[in-house]
Amino acid sequence: METVMAFVIGIFFSIGTYLILTKSLLRIILGTSIIGHGALLLLLTMGGLKQGEAPLLGMGAAAYADPLPQALILTAIVINFGTTAFFLVLAYRAYQEFKSDDMKKLRGTEHE
Amino acid sequence: MSISVILLIVIPFFTGALFVLFPKQVKLQRLLSVMSFSLILAVGVRLLHTIHTQGIQTLELGGWAPPFGIVLVGDMFSTLLVVTSSLLALGCTIYSFTSIEPERERYYYYAFLQFLVTGVNGSFLTGDMFNLFVFFEVMLLASYVLLSLGGLKKQLRAGIMYVLINIVSSMLFIVAIAYLYAVTGTLNMAHLSVRVAEAGQPGILTAIALLFLVIFAVKSALLFFFWLPESYSAPPTAISALFAGLLTKVGVYAIFRMFTLIFYHDPAITHTVIAWMAVATMVLGAVGSIAYGNIQKILSYNIIIAIGFIVIGLAVFQEEAIAGAIYYLMHDMVVKTLLFLLGGAMVGLVGTYQLKEMSGMIRNHPYLGWMFFIASLALVGVPPLSGFFGKLLVLQGSLDSQAYILFTVGLLSSLAVLYSTMKIFMNGFWGENQLSKKDEKTSTRGLLFPCTLLIGVSLFLGVGVELVQVYVTQAASELMNPAIYIEAVLDRSY
Repeated sequence: METVMAFVIGIFFSIGTYLILTKSLLRIILGTSIIGHGALLLLLTMGGLKQGEAPLLGMGAAAYADPLPQALILTAIVINFGTTAFFLVLAYRAYQEFKSDDMKKLRGTEHE
Repeated sequence: MSISVILLIVIPFFTGALFVLFPKQVKLQRLLSVMSFSLILAVGVRLLHTIHTQGIQTLELGGWAPPFGIVLVGDMFSTLLVVTSSLLALGCTIYSFTSIEPERERYYYYAFLQFLVTGVNGSFLTGDMFNLFVFFEVMLLASYVLLSLGGLKKQLRAGIMYVLINIVSSMLFIVAIAYLYAVTGTLNMAHLSVRVAEAGQPGILTAIALLFLVIFAVKSALLFFFWLPESYSAPPTAISALFAGLLTKVGVYAIFRMFTLIFYHDPAITHTVIAWMAVATMVLGAVGSIAYGNIQKILSYNIIIAIGFIVIGLAVFQEEAIAGAIYYLMHDMVVKTLLFLLGGAMVGLVGTYQLKEMSGMIRNHPYLGWMFFIASLALVGVPPLSGFFGKLLVLQGSLDSQAYILFTVGLLSSLAVLYSTMKIFMNGFWGENQLSKKDEKTSTRGLLFPCTLLIGVSLFLGVGVELVQVYVTQAASELMNPAIYIEAVLDRSY
């Protein structure tokens, strides 16, 4: 199962990298989001995908899934969400100011 | 067990949270900001003394023993940096009273300064990898907002680039933590160190170490500095000066912590890579600092040179050189902030960043001019001033371990620093006076006091070497003997 996940995460990272290297700002933000998904799935996979009950004591099971990666992922998701929201609003403001979302047009020093 | 370790994080956090309640009461926020940073300074100095007499101070959050809970660790290295950073924050806050526009101040400016310091202090003091990630994000989110607050075109453009670079490197940070957790099964730094030592750092751990090196190098502008010059010239002076003093230095701190506490078993690979990165950083930084005629670009490239120089100390990996690097790191935080503040005052007077368009300012502003001169000489490392002792130790250490390339490049980089800052001084302050008092865009009223404060700190670091040296030596010996740290955190000896 880990092998399959490794391939899936690899695909996520390649798509994200490709999108970050494109010209349109919105695609770049989507790229960071997809890389973020890849990183979080990696955290889940690296914690081990062994069989076990959900980490709730009430289940009374013999074995549980590792709760630590889940807590880390939850934290990282929220942080990721905050930064992405900020980035989207920043991109919107930039679109209003520059009337373009083409990263090539944002280069240079003519606006200073 | 020491409560003051957490006070250093909690004080700025609650002050910042309090400011959210009354955004329009700017006067009250100014007063409370100064009080908060002074309080951190006092607590930090007291903690320095405690660590000096009683060893490393730890605090187990929630009473959970490490490695199961999060532990905060105040060792000499991190506390020295906390004290230095609170001094800088104090200086930059006072500088922003007169230099930041009232509209910016009313939009939670002081609250974000407090959150930035929360993140920085947290990163210095934490003893847990994932907690380090979280505090990095606290610091970075505050810096995103401070960078783009005001919404000028150049701020938006620099903001997009800065946010993108940092999101990508944060994602890589998560990936590196995931790999590290899979291999070792722990996230507590002391416990990690034990586990890595038990495994003898096989190839996979060295690969993870290099991944961490790349991540922190992006954050600290070591070799991967392409984002820095433009981002740091976008925000107002007080903010870019604070960034120059704090942000990259947190990355440097993380590199030092990782490669002295955890990944020190395979220096033939890791420390060689670090050495070459330091050399390349210094060379490229020197080229940039000589090439530009724009004050903020020159000063930004000087940050990059200094990062390379500090990292030499780690690459040499010898107690004397590490002590020199710590000393130089503290000095560089103070002096770089000071130079940015003084450069910002010059730019404010003339209204342009270009050196070509200014000259002869010494006639009307002798105090500003001579402060800039002293700060430049301190940065270069002229003997009675603060940069000398650190540079001496680092270079001596690299000679002792026969790292001649590091020695030569480190020494030559000082020349580039001297040339580039003297270019600013001679172009800006000497020559014909083009600017009468009436033509000046702003005055330097209120801006020179915080600069005097910082130059006082810099002079103290230079003249009072022997007072500081005791602490720096202890910090270096703690870094070179990870057993001290592990014993303090895990309460058993290995």
